[in-house]
Amino acid sequence: MAPSYDNLDAEEELDDIEIDYSDLRDAYEVRLEEGLDAFVVIDGLPIVNEEQKEKLIKFLLRKLNSVGKVKEDGVFMPLGDNGKSEGFAFVEFAAAEQAAAAVKQLHGTPLDKRHTIAVNKLTDIDRYGREGRIDDHYEPPYIEPFQEKEHLRSWLGDPSARDQFCMYRGDKVGVFWNEKEDPPEPAVDRDHWTDLFIQWSPLGTYLTSLHKQGVQLWGGKSWSRQSRFAHPGVRLVDFSPNEMFITTWSPEPIQVNENHPVLSLEEDGKNYIIWDVATCKPLRSFVTLDTPGPTTDEHGNPIRKKLQWPAFKWSADDKYVARMTQGQSISVYELPKMNLLDKASIKIEGVMDFEWAPASPRREGNRNYEQIFCYWTPELGSNPAKVGLMSIPSKEIIRTRNLFNVSDAKLHWQSDAKFVCVKVDRHSKSKKSLATNLEIFRVEEKGVPVEVVDSIKDTVINFSWEPKGDRFVLITTPEIPANTAVPPKTSVAFFCPEKAKGNAVGNFKHIRTIDKKNSNSIYWGPKGRFVVVATIQNQSSFDLDFWDLDFEGERDEKDKDLTANLQLMGSGEHYGITDVEWDPTGRYLITSSSWWKHQMENGYHLYDFRGTLLREEHIEGFKQIAWRKRPPTLLSKDQQKDVRKKLRDYSKEFEAEDLAKKNTATRAVVEHRRRLLEEWNAWRQRVMEDLEDEGVDPEDLRGPQDGKEGEEPEEGQVVEEIVEEIIKETEEVVG
Amino acid sequence: MRPILLSGHERALTQVKYSRDGDIIFSVSKDHVICAWFSINGERLGTYHGHQGALWTVDVDPSTTLLASGGADNTIRLWEVKTGRLLKTWDFPTAIKRVEFSPDGRRLLGVTEKRMGYLGTIVVFDIILEVDADQTNEPSLRIECTESKATVAGFSYVGKYIIAGHEDGTVSQYDAKTAEQYLNLTVHEPDIPITDLQWSADRTYFITASKDKTAKLVSAVDLEVLKTYVTDTPLNSAAITPVKDFVILGGGQAAMDVTTTSARQGKFEARFYHKIFEEEIGRVRGHFGPLNYVAVHPEGTGYCSGGEDGYVRVHHFDKAYFDFLYEVEREQAKI
Repeated sequence: MAPSYDNLDAEEELDDIEIDYSDLRDAYEVRLEEGLDAFVVIDGLPIVNEEQKEKLIKFLLRKLNSVGKVKEDGVFMPLGDNGKSEGFAFVEFAAAEQAAAAVKQLHGTPLDKRHTIAVNKLTDIDRYGREGRIDDHYEPPYIEPFQEKEHLRSWLGDPSARDQFCMYRGDKVGVFWNEKEDPPEPAVDRDHWTDLFIQWSPLGTYLTSLHKQGVQLWGGKSWSRQSRFAHPGVRLVDFSPNEMFITTWSPEPIQVNENHPVLSLEEDGKNYIIWDVATCKPLRSFVTLDTPGPTTDEHGNPIRKKLQWPAFKWSADDKYVARMTQGQSISVYELPKMNLLDKASIKIEGVMDFEWAPASPRREGNRNYEQIFCYWTPELGSNPAKVGLMSIPSKEIIRTRNLFNVSDAKLHWQSDAKFVCVKVDRHSKSKKSLATNLEIFRVEEKGVPVEVVDSIKDTVINFSWEPKGDRFVLITTPEIPANTAVPPKTSVAFFCPEKAKGNAVGNFKHIRTIDKKNSNSIYWGPKGRFVVVATIQNQSSFDLDFWDLDFEGERDEKDKDLTANLQLMGSGEHYGITDVEWDPTGRYLITSSSWWKHQMENGYHLYDFRGTLLREEHIEGFKQIAWRKRPPTLLSKDQQKDVRKKLRDYSKEFEAEDLAKKNTATRAVVEHRRRLLEEWNAWRQRVMEDLEDEGVDPEDLRGPQDGKEGEEPEEGQVVEEIVEEIIKETEEVVG
Repeated sequence: MRPILLSGHERALTQVKYSRDGDIIFSVSKDHVICAWFSINGERLGTYHGHQGALWTVDVDPSTTLLASGGADNTIRLWEVKTGRLLKTWDFPTAIKRVEFSPDGRRLLGVTEKRMGYLGTIVVFDIILEVDADQTNEPSLRIECTESKATVAGFSYVGKYIIAGHEDGTVSQYDAKTAEQYLNLTVHEPDIPITDLQWSADRTYFITASKDKTAKLVSAVDLEVLKTYVTDTPLNSAAITPVKDFVILGGGQAAMDVTTTSARQGKFEARFYHKIFEEEIGRVRGHFGPLNYVAVHPEGTGYCSGGEDGYVRVHHFDKAYFDFLYEVEREQAKI
């Protein structure tokens, strides 16, 4: 089955004629303009008499005018025969849209403890409430019988704890089990599974495919569709960290007509939709914000602005999502209602960038549950540039720091939110040269102290924290001289904290710098300790260096105060490398060369963490490879410790298993070869016998032989060749 | 295995051939000249001048007396190997893509190009294996390829069949005496041309190379595909090694695309596959253009390759090459 959006349930062959469309026709029948669209009916009002009526209408108007303009004398509340109202009122708005807004926003709002108003369009009342439309007999809604769903995390139960990866090549998308040196074992392989690319959800539960019509999530053992999100023209998708919500984006505004099954008019003209993954319903939609600045360059050509992605950034606990309006404010929305926190954006003048802490931070002396984000603002007039940490939902600013001569800043959180490093590119007073400072905020310590690393002379082009650790790697490059085609050499520098008493983290110290590299990217193993420094998307160099920061061997004397022992474990080269990814356990690394970037030797290499090449495969039209992520372990700290203690015993088991597997595999290969060889020999013999039957002398097969005419084979002729070679030439002046 | 680089041609090589004894290599290129070289040290023995256009093909008879060549000047020419004297010229309406002597050297086969309203044909001349003999003017046999033109052709064991590879990926078997077609089978991908056809030492089976990136080992008797060698680049040539059960494949990115790609991506390597196990054993780099032809020394002691880059590279195999054996082969050898 080709799971494209068009023919998803193709197995149910339906006969057009036999289908009863009446329910659909009722639901989607095109309604003609009736001129009553500006009217709404409010129900559930308190019963009032003549005198109280005016007061109630006044009260109602206050509410109604908050969403639209009610026409003069637009509220009509009929009184019954007994002089009392009937509990409902008709309201006419100035425009149909306002009426729609009133229905949307006021329906179900409580007036007081006993009264909750119901706001409906007059036309709807007519449509649904007309006589005959409502059955007199109550029929309980049909509830679908419970269907056992597949376990979405079944892949984690693999007996040998293998990891999966997804590969997109040509038009095919497949999920495979990693088999180290051996060809990966396919779990599923389908044609045209996606139109654009594939993406795993952050915990690996779902495989995301993108189509013209929207996004689909797949999962479970049978790789069935779990949910779909209709977003026409979708190009990018982003999950919240706990897979509860999903953001989709299309460059073109969405066009929704009234009868769209999932999207409502609310989504019309929007670019972003935030969805609830569990219900597949849109929560709220937004338009793309243009970054400020000129839209055309000096020659009048439009500047293509780089899209900020993700524009909606999630807090670590899926409770908040925030978007920045550059230079003005940050809007924080609360999930799942998607309402603006405290009904207002947080004004931060000049804000350039912000990042949520990737984990819920534990701050000294603060027991409240809070999320933090870090932001920075550039120099504005005489005010210095600023980096701030803000706590949400209290909006308390925990820490700010003033910075001077700032050209640019990048915010890098450590994965446990212990530190945030602000990489500040500073220009000299003349604005001619650039240098980088690192301002490291120790978020977990009292008062959030800031440590500055200002020993770096060059510009830092890349920075990366050790996951779950406190060390970092950065790549620097000297000033780029103008008009050179060759990119300058880069240097890779390693930093770690000094040894300190107790559990404290000491000051950050430089370990070592490796000069004259071309490297431009840093990939830490997901469990820390190991890091790969690579040169990717480069025309001329493709090297990979595998480093260990806790090398167990001899330690350099000068490094004795450091919490790291750096050692280069291995190096590799992958021609045309475009992407690097660690497997979620940190045991393997895949480097790939994607057809999207160039058409040279597309395929992937699989390395182990030490840099040993296990497997390489060239695949035509290879586009993408992605490891399936893993959710965090369910084992407690003690259990993990226990496993680590018994690792030696466990590994014996696994090694025996590996060996057995290898032996059977080799035996199979040898067996196969033996059979081939026997078949070949048998074939040769058969051919020779057949030839003899034909009367062909095997001696004749090689053509006329020398010496067949009876002459003695000549003795091998000796050819003497004199080769002169000048070993040394000296010139002496005689005299 | 340090190769000897033969740099005597000014344009792309089109074919290289060893003599029956393996002591002389003949090479033809688009520069109109045939060169003869000593295979042992790469010294040039001489050249054969006379052709007026790019040369496509060359072959030498088993006694190394006569040399046949064909090219874009629409002629097949017969030369005296020893002196370089032109003995005979046969004129045709179109270019000659392939010439080959029968195993006994008494017949010469030529493949003509399909062009300007002429069908591709295979012609056979009876040859008198003497330098001063008066060679025949008319072919003794003519096969017209009405379906798809032949690109390569050769004589099977004892000259019984003529086997031809076609532009549409098929291989056909003709009777070498009556020109009757016995078989025509699609061996390679349909409509992808076969670029080379070379024989095993006893000519009971042969290997075909194709632009479909595979080479196939085919039986001459029934055209059954015995083995398939899959590569990642279009192939121009394939050869079977005597002594060792290997095949050598050569090819690379099409010549017209070469300038836009790096040498690395061009895949200009000679690839060694195990003939029986169909597994790649190794590659030999060196050319900086696609390999147009690979030829193996008849005694299996070396091979040479001619490239689009204008060089012939002659390789003599090391001891390690002969020592290399798969485990199962070693077992077999002991018995």
